[in-house]
Amino acid sequence: MMHLRRSTRWPGPVRGVLAYSLVLAATLLAAIPFGHAQRAPAVAITNVSYDPTRELYKAINEAFAKEWLARTGQTVTIRTSHGGSGRQARTVIDGLQADVVTLALAADIDAIAQRAKLLPADWQARLPNNSSPYTSTIVFLVRKGNPKGIRDWDDLARPGVAVITPNPKTSGGARWNYLAAWAFELDRTKDPAKAKAFVEAIYRNVPVLDTGARGSTTTFVQRGIGDVFISWENEAHLALAEFGADRIDIVYPSLSILAEPPVALVDAVVDRRGTRKLAEAYLDFLYAPTAQRIVAANFYRPFRPEAADPADLARFPRLKLVTIDAVFGGWAKAQGEHFAEGGVFDRIYRPGGSFAR
Amino acid sequence: MSLATHATTFRFRQPSALPGFGLTFGFAVTYLSLIVLIPLGVLVARASGLGLEGLWQTATSPRVLAALKLSFGVSFAAAAVNAVAGLVVAWVLTRYAFPGRRLLDAIVDLPFALPTAVAGIALTAIYAPNGWIGGLLAPLGVKVAYTPLGIFVALVFISLPFVVRTVQPVLADLDREIEEASATLGASRAQTVLRVILPSLLPAVLTGFALAFGRAVGEYGSVIFIAGNMPFVSEIAPLLIVIQLEEFNYAGATAIATIMLAIAFVSLLAINLIQAWSRRRFGHV
Amino acid sequence: MSRTMMPETSTRGVPAPPAPSAAVTDEAPLTRWVLIGAAVAFLLLFLVLPLIAIFAEALRRGIAAYFASFADPDTQDAIRLTLLVAAIAVPLNVVFGIAAAWAVAKFDFAGKSLFVTFIDLPFSVSPVVSGLVFVLLFGAHGVFGGFLQAHDIRIIFAVPGIVLATIFVTFPFVARELIPLMQEQGTAEEEAALTLGASGFRMFLTVTLPNVKWALLYGVLLANARAMGEFGAVSVVSGHIRGLTNTMPLQVEILYNEYAFVGAFAVASLLAGLALVTLVAKALLEWRYGDALARTHRHG
Repeated sequence: MMHLRRSTRWPGPVRGVLAYSLVLAATLLAAIPFGHAQRAPAVAITNVSYDPTRELYKAINEAFAKEWLARTGQTVTIRTSHGGSGRQARTVIDGLQADVVTLALAADIDAIAQRAKLLPADWQARLPNNSSPYTSTIVFLVRKGNPKGIRDWDDLARPGVAVITPNPKTSGGARWNYLAAWAFELDRTKDPAKAKAFVEAIYRNVPVLDTGARGSTTTFVQRGIGDVFISWENEAHLALAEFGADRIDIVYPSLSILAEPPVALVDAVVDRRGTRKLAEAYLDFLYAPTAQRIVAANFYRPFRPEAADPADLARFPRLKLVTIDAVFGGWAKAQGEHFAEGGVFDRIYRPGGSFAR
Repeated sequence: MSLATHATTFRFRQPSALPGFGLTFGFAVTYLSLIVLIPLGVLVARASGLGLEGLWQTATSPRVLAALKLSFGVSFAAAAVNAVAGLVVAWVLTRYAFPGRRLLDAIVDLPFALPTAVAGIALTAIYAPNGWIGGLLAPLGVKVAYTPLGIFVALVFISLPFVVRTVQPVLADLDREIEEASATLGASRAQTVLRVILPSLLPAVLTGFALAFGRAVGEYGSVIFIAGNMPFVSEIAPLLIVIQLEEFNYAGATAIATIMLAIAFVSLLAINLIQAWSRRRFGHV
Repeated sequence: MSRTMMPETSTRGVPAPPAPSAAVTDEAPLTRWVLIGAAVAFLLLFLVLPLIAIFAEALRRGIAAYFASFADPDTQDAIRLTLLVAAIAVPLNVVFGIAAAWAVAKFDFAGKSLFVTFIDLPFSVSPVVSGLVFVLLFGAHGVFGGFLQAHDIRIIFAVPGIVLATIFVTFPFVARELIPLMQEQGTAEEEAALTLGASGFRMFLTVTLPNVKWALLYGVLLANARAMGEFGAVSVVSGHIRGLTNTMPLQVEILYNEYAFVGAFAVASLLAGLALVTLVAKALLEWRYGDALARTHRHG
């Protein structure tokens, strides 16, 4: 059975593979409108952001792309990546090519500046309001009707109250949560030792630490774990809008912390990629009226309230907000003291809390 | 070839008329080294940098220990369920004719072809308290999704084909004359099944069990959606590797990964032993 | 011969059950139907129901919402990236599979069984570990981290890392389909071709390849399904940049976490469709070419 000429059987597998790929391509491509298939972005920049900003930057990116096209005639694509703020900073340090970073707190961008030297140490002075185009604060999300009667921070330290908060090692919001609790007890007792014991008592009530705020929202709202979820104000309002006011309520504590999520240009990346102009324009746009309006609509507190819809602003109650600089002497100090390897958090947290048996 | 010549003229490769050994073997070894051996070697090297004591400390820290126990326990349970159910399915598919048999046989491979993340969200949708099955179980006070029970369901799904596919060919090859002989000698059908058929299927069932177990221990994609991922309760070992990595704790991630790798080797070894034993005992696998 | 880490992925064209013969080797009808009922119920509950759930959830808000999910440019990019990664990883593993099978099946050499065991290794390693090893190699803190950064080469959090992780997890599929079959076929036909004056390459194209074509296609099918569906390993090395380093399974996760359930299940339904196509193609292959595929598989 020797065919030394090209065997007629040989095209068999080729036909098979071809037929298979055709079916496959048809299955996959059938659903794609052709107009989009040719989408070739002229320029693209990457915005590495923290967890709850998914919806915010989706809206802002669309608005910016439209404005940039009108202004320059160039089509621009903004790519985003979301995750816990600390984890995102680490992936940038580890080589992820971010043109801009929009993280939950200054310490994470400091880490990029210090460890990877991708931007100058004084980055925070380059844009208005400590480089924070929007601010937020920390509030509580509870089950409908507040069955555990949670009114303020001290209710979270009560035995038998299950508290949901993300992991301060990976999440920015979680660090604001921690510091807000600390600030509350410090304000009441003026005693750092008591503040530490207070925060320790709260973390004993924590059954699960997700790596980012969005994971914690899912844990609390969808999986029904926990009695109270310490959350970004914006994430709490979003959860309310997504899952309905018939399942959860927002509770504002008597005191909270002014959270400033900063934004920064990553100089080393934009210079290498030649995207500095675009990236700068993008960051400036965050302070422009269009973006500020979007910011308020997405439950963040805008830097320029006058640009926002008053109806959106009416959703933000006034409450006593302390700053990280006044209470903790700035992020650099707070990060080292509380969250670094072997810091206060490492000493007070036992995984699983009282739920570990 | 006599032993003497073999001993005196040891060669790496026995002579052959066919060409291309150098080319194909060289390429295959290079590619294997680049893609598999060197990367795994780096893992082991990193782990040895931690030292045995470091490894032990990581492995016995309460959270890691809880995750390993959970991964092992639930994987064992899932593999055990599949050993029994898989045997029944293999039996039915091989021995009986009924409408839809071919279709059912084809669908057994679904867990191999369906991406694990897809399986994860599908199972979560079914077993969540507002899902098709979860909704039925909720009034009974049974929670599946976001509990270890959910992990069990996901692991049963992904490891389902292994026992079926190892038992099926053995069962198909089983000599019916032996069964007839057993019946002729006065054994009831139940006795024949229990004393004659099942023992000869045992190696295949065990191999399938070991394969299912090995796969289940390492599974990640389908479990993380349905598990709830609570430390000490429903956090599996592979997820803990990811968490350590996100915390930039490379040492921790490496240590747990090395333990998982060791487990993989042990299950590989176990399967080889079962097969060797089976060849000696039954002359087939 | 080690066929250890994967079972037979099929029955190779399930032989028809024997004609109703001696009643002594059959169960009572009641037993028989109870067993069939149990097996069918088990498979329906664990396999068919999830499959239905995917499509039901994807179509929950109607067919228009379903198709609208694919207008999302990030989803389209994820689909393209997935196709690209499979298009690189699968052919590379085909070349490797053929080379490895040729060396293993047609020659005897020292350490052969060790070599085959190593080929099987990726099957037994957790996908998360498969991703981790590349982070340890190419991450900024990895073995080559400094070198790569100095030369501005991106592997982790970029497409090359995703391709590498995918190659790793799909590594054994083609090789292990070919090895047993080529071993069974022996070397006689190839030797005859050489005697008749064919060049080595010609012999391979005209003799070896036609003999293994269905097994090859079979391996490609399985490797492709895994390449497009891999989640754990890719997730570890991806960086999750939408539109850039997001594959379809990762896009499913992202949409799911953004409460876009219809979108998540819509993408999932494409992957499920791919799985079904794979199963059908596989079943057809086994049904028509069961004998050519592997007498060897039966006696493993």
